[in-house]
Amino acid sequence: MPAAQPTQPIAKIAFICAAAWAVPGAGHVLQGRTFKGVVFLVALTLMFACGLWLEGQLFPFEFSQPLVALEAFADIGIGIPYFAAHALGVDAGRVVAATYEYGNVFTIVAGLLNMLVVLDACDIARGRK
Amino acid sequence: MSSHLLLMALFSLFVSAVFATLMQDDPREQVRLGARMFGGFMLVGLVLGWVLFFFPL
Repeated sequence: MPAAQPTQPIAKIAFICAAAWAVPGAGHVLQGRTFKGVVFLVALTLMFACGLWLEGQLFPFEFSQPLVALEAFADIGIGIPYFAAHALGVDAGRVVAATYEYGNVFTIVAGLLNMLVVLDACDIARGRK
Repeated sequence: MSSHLLLMALFSLFVSAVFATLMQDDPREQVRLGARMFGGFMLVGLVLGWVLFFFPL
């Protein structure tokens, strides 16, 4: 089966993927799938915010500890909210909080889900969906 | 919020909403799939919770 031909230039596809990463749902909104984009924006941003509210931590890119580095990679998957959290100083978390681990799960999964959303936006841009 | 059940429900709600929106294009089908996924998450969580309750950990 021949590979599907991309319907848009590579540069535009790259821009859509970058936008989808930076703002959850933006990639879908840019391609006319507004409802999906809004759902992703609301759900993923809220999920990430809940993680911070539950006193979870945004992990540093510490490559001497591979699991911490992987958690950091997952956290940054949410895009601009990650940097906003750092700028607002709400990224430290509180290890002794009862909800600390829950918060970490929320922020990590929010980032990972946004990576899936980016892949979906990329598939739409490439004409696969 | 310190209720494990409510936190599990909140997590399930977010994940179900995202996956249902990703996997379906029709809004009615999205709601239907999302509801089924949410119910599945909660049911499996409760079942696993009770199964693990009897293990002395």
